[in-house]
Amino acid sequence: MSDLRQIAFYGKGGIGKSTTSQNTLSALAEMGQRILIVGCDPKADSTRLILHSKAQDTILSLAADAGSVEDLELDDVMKVGYRDIRCVESGGPEPGVGCAGRGVITSINFLEEEGAYDGVDYVSYDVLGDVVCGGFAMPIRENKAQEIYIVMSGEMMAMYAANNISKGILKYANSGGVRLGGLVCNERQTDKEYELADSLAKKLGTTLIHFVPRDNIVQHAELRRMTVIEYAPDSKQANEYRQLAQKVHANKGNGTIPTPITMDELEDLLMQHGIMKQVDESQVGKTAADLAA
Amino acid sequence: MPQNAEHVIDHFNLFRHPEYQGMFENKRKEFENAQPAEKVEEIRDWTKTEDYKDKNFAREALVINPAKACQPLGAVFCALGFEATLPFVHGSQGCVAYYRSHLSRHFKEPASCVSSSMTEDAAVFGGLNNMIDGLANAYNMYRPKMIAVSTTCMAEVIGDDLNAFIKTSKEKGSLPGEFDVPFAHTPAFVGSHVTGYDNSMRGVLEHFWDGKAGTVPAIERKPNDSINIIGGFDGYTVGNLREIKRMLGLMGVDYTLIGDASDVFDTPTDGTFRMYDGGTRLEDAANAVHAKATISMQEYCTEKTLSFIAEHGQEVVALNHPVGVGATDRFLMEVSRITGKPIPRELERERGQLLDAIADSSAHVFGQKFAIYGDPDLCLGLAAFLMELGAEPVHVLSTNGGKGWAEKMRALFDSSPFGKNCKVYPGKDLWHMRSLLFTEPVDFLIGNTYGKYLERDTGTPLIRIGFPIFDRHHHHRFPLWGYQGGLNVLVSILDKIFGEIDRNSSVPSKTDYSFDIIR
Repeated sequence: MSDLRQIAFYGKGGIGKSTTSQNTLSALAEMGQRILIVGCDPKADSTRLILHSKAQDTILSLAADAGSVEDLELDDVMKVGYRDIRCVESGGPEPGVGCAGRGVITSINFLEEEGAYDGVDYVSYDVLGDVVCGGFAMPIRENKAQEIYIVMSGEMMAMYAANNISKGILKYANSGGVRLGGLVCNERQTDKEYELADSLAKKLGTTLIHFVPRDNIVQHAELRRMTVIEYAPDSKQANEYRQLAQKVHANKGNGTIPTPITMDELEDLLMQHGIMKQVDESQVGKTAADLAA
Repeated sequence: MPQNAEHVIDHFNLFRHPEYQGMFENKRKEFENAQPAEKVEEIRDWTKTEDYKDKNFAREALVINPAKACQPLGAVFCALGFEATLPFVHGSQGCVAYYRSHLSRHFKEPASCVSSSMTEDAAVFGGLNNMIDGLANAYNMYRPKMIAVSTTCMAEVIGDDLNAFIKTSKEKGSLPGEFDVPFAHTPAFVGSHVTGYDNSMRGVLEHFWDGKAGTVPAIERKPNDSINIIGGFDGYTVGNLREIKRMLGLMGVDYTLIGDASDVFDTPTDGTFRMYDGGTRLEDAANAVHAKATISMQEYCTEKTLSFIAEHGQEVVALNHPVGVGATDRFLMEVSRITGKPIPRELERERGQLLDAIADSSAHVFGQKFAIYGDPDLCLGLAAFLMELGAEPVHVLSTNGGKGWAEKMRALFDSSPFGKNCKVYPGKDLWHMRSLLFTEPVDFLIGNTYGKYLERDTGTPLIRIGFPIFDRHHHHRFPLWGYQGGLNVLVSILDKIFGEIDRNSSVPSKTDYSFDIIR
């Protein structure tokens, strides 16, 4: 049990968390690691590329059908995909109702009680968006994920989210064992993206563990519901993910307690790199028409 | 006015006066929009039919009168079994008022327990501040030796992390770093009070055995010859645990009773208020790791606890609320096997005395049909005893009993000719039981206080055994376990049987040819 590596991927919605995590984990599977993916996103798309199919039966949807999560068996919810990667989706309510956070807690408790973690080397949690409530922090509680990888890009809001997630980790890091494993920059081809990501990582007291360049082949693979590792194993992009996987694998125990920054510091960072012009305070809140007048 | 200060009429009689009767009638006529009496009778009669029973059992999305409570109740009960321990429920105040009143109404004793008083802002921002302030207040006001934390639904839905919160509270100085604060997540919407007991017990043992949440090294187990006993959630804990102590004392066994609330729920009136009394000493709870084996008196109250104990290298034995000769035999023989101590003459004699009592009354109990409902272990214990008496536990229902429990119950039925016509109903409620009592009537019903509504509706005489018992006093002081306990249960059953015979033969010159002095 002590050899079990538990990691989690967090990041702003739409940043490519699920794509990055599935490719990285596929590469880890290539290295002979036995892997369990726990999707903690109501959209249930964290395992689509591994299983070649859209949202499988989720724990919570099956539990709703059966009446209670106690009526479920592990075999009902666990599917096996590419390179024997085991996949589970927590699922969750329809938008606008219920509590997806509690769903994450329910699902993880169920998996632990049913022994889903037996016989694997890696458990990876794929968690939606920011840490918006206690439920989405479940994977970073004591004895859950040891390292968190934040997927981000050079866009302002992605960096903002990364900073927020760091705040969430900090809350738990002081009293527990969770650490920030590093940032993974998923290239959006914004200005000076590498430099920005790298200096944000430094500010947060961590490292930019890998810069994943943008490559259309990822799209091609996704359309076929495959990871790049499987779709084009010899491609340059597949090698990028392999490098990331190796770095994650070698990163055991190297996580840090993050040092989140303020919104002002974040804006300063953008200015330092010349992305944002020095704000002229007299112009804040003025429309274009105001300024012309 | 019928009421005046010279002659005060109590509520039994006051509302029977014409003044009030007229008021009730008028209210019904003018404001209640009531159905005509014939219609009410028609529907009442329909609910007694097979047709209605089928519809009742086809019910999917509605529970009516579940015979179970929620997890934190069990967690609070468990925590009260430890020396000077204050149960602390992280959540809203109303929930905690319920656990306290539920325990007090049953045991007729105060039940001390605090909450972190979460309100709307805590629901939005998380309950960390409530935990920090709550632990500091509880520690300073009530001076416990240990605070055992559990949770209500509210804290669970927003995902408050007890482990992190308690650590943070200690860092902020709410209480000393080395102070014992075991915890258990006990979402009330999962399982029942027996699950909560299990989680809490496991939480306490994990705290002491596995290094107090990473603050001290885990205890290295050095096996000795003692055994542990865990009672489980039990409305008869006062009588039962004292009986266990008496029997193990007679055997000269070295034992630890883990979670012993027998004194907490039975403090004497001698001018001193005891907020804490008795309970398992904390060092004993810690040293229990070294024991040779642990016997749980109630399997379904200790599923996770026993697997945790087994992981630490102990043998574990799970019983099912042992009532009667065979079940007590099994308990004593397991103790004897594990410890190597023989079962003493005194206990053999008690066994013979119970057998003698059973034989003396056999003619009256034999062949009687019973319905039982209650917690899973209690149902198993009582059903086994009834079959031992030659009675038939025809309907056995447990709202918090699952598939595994039902299988075990079926195996028990199969083990005796008296179980031939008996059926088990896992996950059903008291409204299901009501249908069963109409369509497949039995002679007696065994259940808790809420069974009195079934008794009134169906005319099935109720024998009160279970939790809670609010409307009869002090039965919790007498054991159900051991040969002595078997005798108590036998007497409760017989009293009801004889009472019914008298009631049914009491009309002068009509039925009183059987109104006998000797039964």
